[in-house]
Amino acid sequence: MSNTTVNPLPLTAKDFATDQEVRWCPGCGDYSILAQVQKVMPTLGIPRENIVIISGIGCSSRFPYYMNTYGMHSIHGRATAIASGLKATRPELSVWIVTGDGDGLSIGGNHTIHLLRRNFDVNIMLFNNQIYGLTKGQYSPTSEEKKVTKSTPFGSIDHPFNPAALALGADATFVARSMDRDPKHLQEMLIRSHAHKGASFLEIYQNCNIFNDGAFEIFTEKSSKQDETVFLEHGKPLIFGAQKNKGLRLDGFKPVAVEFGKEFSADDLWVHDENDFHKASILSRMFDNPREAEHLPRPFGVFYESFRSCYEDEMAMQIGEAIEQKGKGDLNKLLRGNETWTIA
Amino acid sequence: MFNSTNPMTRHAEILNDVVIKFAGDSGEGMQLTGSQFTNNTALLGIDLATFPDFPAEIRAPQGTLPGVSGYQLRFSSDMVFTPGEECDVLVAMNAAALKVNLKSLKKGGKIIANTDGFDSKNLRLANFPEGVNPLDDGSLGNYEVIRMDITKMTREALKEISLGTKEKDRAKNMFVLGFLYWMYNRDMASTVQFLKDKFGKKPEIFESNMKALQAGYNYGDTTETFTTTYKVEKAKMHPGVYRSIMGNQALAYGLIAASQKSGLPLFLGSYPITPASDILHELSRYKSFGVRTFQAEDEIAGITAAIGAAYGGSLAVTTTSGPGLALKAESMGLAVMLEIPLLIVDVQRGGPSTGLPTKTEQSDLLQAYYGRNGECPMPVIAASTPSDCFDAVYEAARISVQHMTPVIFLSDGYIANGAEPWRFPNANDLQEITVNFKAGLNPDEEKFLPYLRDEKLARPWAIPGTPGLEHRIGGLEKQNVTGNVNYEPENHQLMVKLRQEKVDRIADHIPEQKLDSGPTKGKVLVLGWGSTYGAIKSAVAELKEEGHAISHAHIRYLRPFPANLGAILRNFEQVLVPEINNGQLIRLIRDLYLVDAKGYHKIMGIPITKTELVAELRRYL
Repeated sequence: MSNTTVNPLPLTAKDFATDQEVRWCPGCGDYSILAQVQKVMPTLGIPRENIVIISGIGCSSRFPYYMNTYGMHSIHGRATAIASGLKATRPELSVWIVTGDGDGLSIGGNHTIHLLRRNFDVNIMLFNNQIYGLTKGQYSPTSEEKKVTKSTPFGSIDHPFNPAALALGADATFVARSMDRDPKHLQEMLIRSHAHKGASFLEIYQNCNIFNDGAFEIFTEKSSKQDETVFLEHGKPLIFGAQKNKGLRLDGFKPVAVEFGKEFSADDLWVHDENDFHKASILSRMFDNPREAEHLPRPFGVFYESFRSCYEDEMAMQIGEAIEQKGKGDLNKLLRGNETWTIA
Repeated sequence: MFNSTNPMTRHAEILNDVVIKFAGDSGEGMQLTGSQFTNNTALLGIDLATFPDFPAEIRAPQGTLPGVSGYQLRFSSDMVFTPGEECDVLVAMNAAALKVNLKSLKKGGKIIANTDGFDSKNLRLANFPEGVNPLDDGSLGNYEVIRMDITKMTREALKEISLGTKEKDRAKNMFVLGFLYWMYNRDMASTVQFLKDKFGKKPEIFESNMKALQAGYNYGDTTETFTTTYKVEKAKMHPGVYRSIMGNQALAYGLIAASQKSGLPLFLGSYPITPASDILHELSRYKSFGVRTFQAEDEIAGITAAIGAAYGGSLAVTTTSGPGLALKAESMGLAVMLEIPLLIVDVQRGGPSTGLPTKTEQSDLLQAYYGRNGECPMPVIAASTPSDCFDAVYEAARISVQHMTPVIFLSDGYIANGAEPWRFPNANDLQEITVNFKAGLNPDEEKFLPYLRDEKLARPWAIPGTPGLEHRIGGLEKQNVTGNVNYEPENHQLMVKLRQEKVDRIADHIPEQKLDSGPTKGKVLVLGWGSTYGAIKSAVAELKEEGHAISHAHIRYLRPFPANLGAILRNFEQVLVPEINNGQLIRLIRDLYLVDAKGYHKIMGIPITKTELVAELRRYL
């Protein structure tokens, strides 16, 4: 989301911390995400009182208590709907939603997609750890098939959601992915989310070291990260690999990984265009299980950004036009109506 | 041009009280015909009450019994409080309409029958035995049957208009309306204006409706068969300026008025549901009042979006009916925990589950009282008539913002769709609703304490955008004063008691319970709430006229009850509680006041009538 009023407040990350003891499990990925948000906030130039963080229920949803802004820790799945009502009535506020794979895609899935299609100018941070942490270890709507959890002792038979593809399917105007273990990239994605005018959907891979440790290890650990991920940069070719010697090409609509050599060089690669919805859709579908032999790297960065009017602006515009045409509402006229009669 | 051309030959009989029922296929325009006749009646200063009764299906199979849509109107030169029981006139557009409504027609009443609607196909669809036509077989001997081939005459009147037969037939209801206008000596200007406004941009449709209307009038005027017309004089009502109003409309106006008088922008988060949707429709029209309406993706989003708006400083409302109220339960609990103002409007209908969507019932009172997890008290306020929706919802809004609490407002299908004359207030005479957002830290405050309470036990309303008051709230138990998350046993008990006490103390800020009529002490008190008002008032009036000692109290403030309610109840030997449910207010009364109240429960999806209530009350006199 964007906010054009720049207020040079000399705030630091510390100003955004509260006196509440942070109560996530030691080693939880949420600590890093909190730290990056606290680092980024002072750079955005928004007065602290104009920032509102709204969460639902789940481990990540404790987030507002640790941010010295306005905040609401609401009920399960409804942060997106609460934020919609707030933004509709107070468009000048910078509204951030903290949700998780259960909160935002399961119990609150309906509100998530509807917020995206309405394009409220808010930022969704979806912490995806592919597990239910707060209820102690059941599978989530992003857990992989066959996953053995407390509620699936014989393995999960649920097919998982692909959050980025889901967001694109709901006509989100900003879709990005980052991870807890890459602070720099996460900060950059938070700044981009904020800068986007419209609903920003940022999926953050977050490690739950208690119930689903290492779920994203292959993407986040030094030894495998460079071969298993591709970082998207607008206008730049899709290069990956520890040696920066691999890239992605499009064979028709099919993405193909190639190694540089006789046949291909960096010049032959697919150049990322954030504004191309069709290519963004293909990128979002690069969702292979990295444990399978033939698989493509997982994309991180901004998949897609586009612009269309925001719900709250349209709403304000209709009100403005009505007042312009009819004048401000006159209560006596309303109560009187068109037809009256008098009893003497 | 719309006046009778030969009044000389006609005799206008003066009547005191008339009940007309318009009945036809749903989709045949009976609701429109009824409401047009209602407006016309109201403008003459005649008192009235209406009862629309329509099927849940938008277009139930044509010609069948379940597809019959009815609109009952009672008008009188006396004050009326119910839409009446037996009809004087039944307009039956087809055989099914006759069959469904004949039982409510007075002996000697008139049947205006559209003969085209009694052909063999319509008779079969209405389940009349083969070869039987009630218009011909003498079975209607107790009534005056006026046979008119409305279909044919409408088509004839429109023969020069180039619309198709189907379109032309849509104007049949206007023919009927025109005929009734003639019969009751009316000027048709109000309907002409209505047609101009509605079809001004579609000249052919406008013309066809106008021609049919005029043809119906002329038919009465020129046909020698009808020698008598009727007239109902003005009612002796309180002096003042009146308009006609429906319940959902009054409710919407009450919300706009509360928004204007509090200075809080109005936000409605709502999901369409019968019979509450008209509030959404109505409010969505008033953008020039700064009203924001949000048609949410579901009931839960409707209330939670409203919670977001309330948090941001709006007068926030969600509207629904019983099934939706059930879906909103958890969110109401959040609003109780957050201690923010919020109005939850429940226009009740028959339940449980989908139940009877278009029929009326008072069966959500206990849901409103108790239907949430945990100890979760919320004020409950109910309207008793269509126009009372305005005053009652205004009060609900005042209580909500001044006591920092969500409030449940109960209406029902009968009130929502019913119309009555309304001596509307002047905006300047409405009580101001003062609201103060917390503007910043006081000089002596080091840190904002979001749950520090005032003498009403209300906490401060600190909205985002206010420097120095940044704070976090949520659904987890709050520590007293600081609002921090807290799980300590003593704190929880304290907070549960504080939230209850906050609601209880509202009793100090509402009017005392008054008796609607009757002595303050005595034998029988009839205690009601909501839409039973008119029936109870009429029944009690009749018994009082007979010389019985009987009183009536009608409760608007259902939680907390007015402080003097217990004292009133103890002044009577017998308390009778009529309700359109299986006994809900009566349970609360017996529980709170240990009064051996007796119930009267009608659960048929229709209002209690005066006659049945009089019969019931006699047992106690």
